[in-house]
This record gives sequence, C-alpha cells and structure tokens, in this order.
Amino acid sequence: MKSIRTMLATTAICAAGAAHAVDLEVTHWWTSGGEAAAVAEFAKAFDATGNTWVDGAIAGSGGTARPIMVSRIIGGDPMGAFQFNHGRQAEELIEAGLLRDLTDIAEANNWRDVIYPSSLLDSCTVDGRIYCVPVNIHSWQWLWLSNDAFEKAGVDVPSNWDEFVAAAPALREAGITPLAVGGQSWQTSGAFNVLMVALAGPDVLVKVYGDKDAELAAGPEIARVFQAAADAREMSQGSNVQDWNQATNLVITDQAGGQIMGDWAQGEFQVAGEVAGEDYTCLPGLGVNELIDTAGDAFYFPVVDDPAIQEGQEVLANLMVSPEVQVNFNLKKGSLPIRGDVDLAAANDCMKKGLEILAAGNTLPAVTQLNTEDTNNQLNDLFVEFFNDTSITPEAAQERFVEIIKNAD
Amino acid sequence: MASASGKPFGLFRNLTAKIAAIPMILTALFVFVGGTTWTIVYSFTNSKLLPRAQFVGLDQYERLWSTNRWVVSIENLVTYGLLSLVFSFVIGFLLAALIDQKIRFENTFRTIILYPFALSFIVTGLVWQWLLNPDFGVQSVVRALGWESFEFNPLYNADIVIYGVLIAGLWQGTGLIMVLMLAGLRGIDQEIWKAARVDGIPAWKTYLFIVIPMMRPVFITTLVIIASGIVRLYDLIVAQTSGGPGIASEVPAKYVYDYMFQGQNLGQGFAASTMMLLAVAIVVVPWAYLEFGSRKRG
Repeated sequence: MKSIRTMLATTAICAAGAAHAVDLEVTHWWTSGGEAAAVAEFAKAFDATGNTWVDGAIAGSGGTARPIMVSRIIGGDPMGAFQFNHGRQAEELIEAGLLRDLTDIAEANNWRDVIYPSSLLDSCTVDGRIYCVPVNIHSWQWLWLSNDAFEKAGVDVPSNWDEFVAAAPALREAGITPLAVGGQSWQTSGAFNVLMVALAGPDVLVKVYGDKDAELAAGPEIARVFQAAADAREMSQGSNVQDWNQATNLVITDQAGGQIMGDWAQGEFQVAGEVAGEDYTCLPGLGVNELIDTAGDAFYFPVVDDPAIQEGQEVLANLMVSPEVQVNFNLKKGSLPIRGDVDLAAANDCMKKGLEILAAGNTLPAVTQLNTEDTNNQLNDLFVEFFNDTSITPEAAQERFVEIIKNAD
Repeated sequence: MASASGKPFGLFRNLTAKIAAIPMILTALFVFVGGTTWTIVYSFTNSKLLPRAQFVGLDQYERLWSTNRWVVSIENLVTYGLLSLVFSFVIGFLLAALIDQKIRFENTFRTIILYPFALSFIVTGLVWQWLLNPDFGVQSVVRALGWESFEFNPLYNADIVIYGVLIAGLWQGTGLIMVLMLAGLRGIDQEIWKAARVDGIPAWKTYLFIVIPMMRPVFITTLVIIASGIVRLYDLIVAQTSGGPGIASEVPAKYVYDYMFQGQNLGQGFAASTMMLLAVAIVVVPWAYLEFGSRKRG
C-alpha cells in the first residue's frame, strides 16, 4: 500500500510539473449505493477541471474510517482531502496545525454570504479561521412510519410522538414491533437526543450539551425525556437487528411501526421503491417540534508542501460549494444543500419538508457540533445499555447522564 | 573460560552471538519497554486525540473505575477467563487422553479436532454468530425437528451472552490444548505405564496421581498460553456480538480500542491498557517465579 501511495504521489508530482494537473487523493466513508453515487458527482466534476480524483473510500462508517484517516495525517502521510462530520471531531488536528487554513479561499469566494445556514461555516471555524468546506446537511430529527403497519393494526397513522406511543399496544396486538431500534450504540443515543429536542425543546439541548449545564440535566425537563425513552425502550422490545438500515428495513417491510432515524434513512425507502406520503410518512421533529439540526459532512484539507497539490485542494474546495455540484450531489445523497440559492425541484416530499424547515430558519446545532467524540462515546455506552436492559430505571439512567455532562469538556 | 579463549573480558564471550542479538535487544528495549513506559506515563495525562503532556494525576483511573462499561468488561473477563481456563484444561486433557488410547485413525481425529484452531477468531465469531442465531441456527433446527418450545438463544440474552462467546472460544481453542497435552502424554516414559500395570493400578488412577503430576511443565506452558489468550480477547467479541446486547459482552481490550480511537480519548485508553498490563503481570510474574525460580533451586 505504502509503495503504491508513494508511487501515486510521485506520479502526481510529475504530472503536476508537466501539465499543472494533479492527482488528488480524497478519503471518505461513503460506500453504500446511494453514497457512492453521490461521491461520484464530486469525482466527475473534479475530473472535468483536468485534475484527477483518486478515490480513497474506507468501508465501515465513520467509526472505522476516522481512526485510519487521523493516523495517516499524524503519521506524516496526508491525503489531499478527507471527509469528516463537521463539529468537534477535527478540533485537535486543527490545534496541532495539521489542517490547512481555508480562510483566504473562503473570503475570495464569499462563502460567508452563500452558505446557509451560517452555523455550518461556524462549525468549520476555529479562532476566526475557516478550516473546512461543508457539503451537505443531514438532520437526525425524523420519525419514519409505515402506513401499512398502522392500517393492519387498525389505527390511524400518528401525527406526533404521543399518538405513536398511544398506538403502540394496537401494533403489538397485530404482531408488529412498534419501534425499530438497531443494536448499534449510536442509534440509541441518537434517538434519545431526538426525543430531547422534541419534548424538552432545542434550548434545553443546547444548554445541556453546549454549556454542559448539569443542573438542567438533572431537572424535570430531562426527566420527562428519560420517561419517553423508557416508553421507546418498551416499544422497541423484539427488534433483534443490528444495523440501522436493517431497522429501516423492518419499517419498509411493515414488520415495525416506525423508526427514529436521520434523513439518510430516506435513501433506503427510495431504493425500495416506496413513495413518501403513500407507503411511508415522515415526521420531522417527531411531529412535536418541527426542527432539524444542521449536522452533515464536511471536507478538510491537510497541510501539504507540494504547491501542485495545494492548487488541487483549492480547486476542489471551490467546486464543492458551487451551485451545480451542490444540486447533483445532494439529490443523490438525499441530503439538503448548504446554500439557499439552489433549486431542488426534483426533491421528494420529505426532502421538501426539510427544505421548508430550513428556509424558515428552524434549525439547531447538531450534537456532534456541541460534544466531543469522547462525550458522545460515553453517551452511546449509557443509552445502548439503557435500551437493552429493562432493569435500569429512567431515574438511575438520568443520574449517570448528569455525571457524564458534569465531567464533559 | 575467558582466559582460556584469550579474551580479557566476559563481555566479549560469544561475541558473534551477542552482535546478532543486538537488533532484537534494541527492538525489545525501544518498542516493548519504551512503548510500555510511554503508555503508562501518558495514562496520567488528559490526552485526547493527540498525546499531550498535561498531567492530571489519577483522574483517568478514577473515571475508568467509575464507568459501568469497564466494570462489566472486567466481570466478563473474569467469568470468561475462569470458565475458559477450566474447560480448556479439562476438555483438552480428556481429548488427549482419549486419543492416546492407541486408537485407529488417530491422525484423522487429531486433525479434525485441531482444525478450528486454523481459523481466525473473526471467522470463528461469524460462524458461531450464525449458529447461535435464533432464527437460523441451533434453535431453529431443533424446533424444526419438533421441539417447538426449545429455547437456546444466548447471543440475544444479556445474562448468558458471555457463555455464547465461551462456546465459540472453546471450539476454537481446545484443539491446540489437546495437542499440547498429547505431546506431554507422549513424553511420559512407557516404563512407568508398565510398572503401574504390574502393580495393578487402574488407568484413571495412573493418570490422576502419576501422569498428571509428571506433566507439570506442560501444564504451566498451557496455562500461560490460555491466560494470554483470555486477556487479549477482542476479535471474537467484535465478530460475534460487537459487545451487545447493550454492553453485556464488552471486554477490556474493546474498551481500550473504542476510547483510544473512536472516542478520541488517548488518556482513557492508556489508563485502561495499563490496567490490562497489570492483569497480565499478575499472571506472568508468578509463572516466571515458579518456572525459573524453581529451576535454580533444583
């Protein structure tokens, strides 16, 4: 591998010397069908500029890919560009001076004005300098419901979380698992955070995770969220699946009533040929608080000495923000664009709902933007235990939650 | 000796051998001793994604031992360790004793029993994940045979999941133990067996009171091999349960990996791995004492 990379780098340098074109290695973890199609849009556009996109996909999602990318950058063998979720994941790499400062490029191209909402660029900014290019918005706050499952159970499709909880016994009687939750730990903590936004409101979430307000975390608002999480735990008993898309598949095949999952689940419904509104229903903010967070993916560019690669990085950074590429990429990815001035006429109903909420400005920062990965990992441990062990009371879980918030940085 | 070979210092004795050993000595010093010391030192810092020499005393250890997942990991390791130790020894020895009865097709049986050891833990874990899956594996087969209420579902039951892992671990590992034991049995002088037979001692008594005490060195080697395998238990868990359901089958090595790399908290990972080193030391030091200490005395 190493020798291949060296060879690639050498070729890149030679090519750069000859034609001012460069082979830029880009690493990311987009390997599922829809994701690969989306990233191919970037590659196509980049190749059209006369440069070459060298695809460095790492299978196995962020948890697997991030350590590999980080060790390459720290080890002095950086790639041309890499994908992270914007937020605090790259914080220390920036502090260590390993990532390229993009402020000049951003100012030259007015990113401040075109990127909407501005919080996207804020989470790329450290000490007033910009270090990453946001490429899309993915939000967590969605409840996906199977219309057929509710018909079978003889109840109306719920329009909010409380109705869903009330419909759970009917679903059980019809032999349907009310809520599909996979065994991966991030799914359970994600679902909890969605419940928090819906039931306690976005301000509470920002205070608890952003300001690490332990007092609020111990208070009655969060206690209510834990009660709801206990309901969700009860409703999820019997969904013996591991991956998130297997859980989504339970909803698609009407074996489960619903799933709390981010808008990336939409791709699964699309691939299965389901139609929004007819076969499935989506409720942003669980139908209670119609809000979405502005999590998503961003590209970072490691510091390199080779001027040819630096030039390639600049070209790619500008390309990713450009309107045309934004539309092509996001339609394939099922995510929302990072600028408000592009037209997504081809989007489906659920995506349009998301665009409306975005246009109305009903957004909140994502949990990854507020918490370090360390804190998120601790929360994952807590909630995966809570959702799988019914002997833990909501009160006991809340105590441990407060403890994590208190010690977080 | 030194004067006989004409060299003034003991340092130059076997010089070629010593020069040849230098790379290994350096590797051992820098990689093992150096790496270990570095890890222990940095376990007292608050290093996150990158190592940072900001010392925080025992904070990482305090957090470690107040974390439920770590405590569960240790409990699992103890349960798995004790049971795996006992069963590996008993099953391994029994199989070896059976094979040692001068049976026909000994080679074939030995190969069959040793074969799982040729598989990695990842493959073992995946195979047993399917075998123990309630919808496809053992449970569904028995149910299809007519026992409708039969239940054998260890991987989705938090109370017994570690036994599901144990089954896979034993299936993979006992073959090697059997071979080690068999080698030990073959090392016993046939004269002893003849003498025991002349005295009219039954075979099981001969095994229990004569052969087993004579196999002490083999037993100690086996013990160390099994014990080291237990402490670094990681890949089997990742492949078979990924720590689930919930955190019911987490192990210390997985905690170390998750916090070091996914959680971007090196300090916490270092603290956990230092605790693991301590556990290994507890196993290895008494062994070294028994093995090398007694030889000097003898």
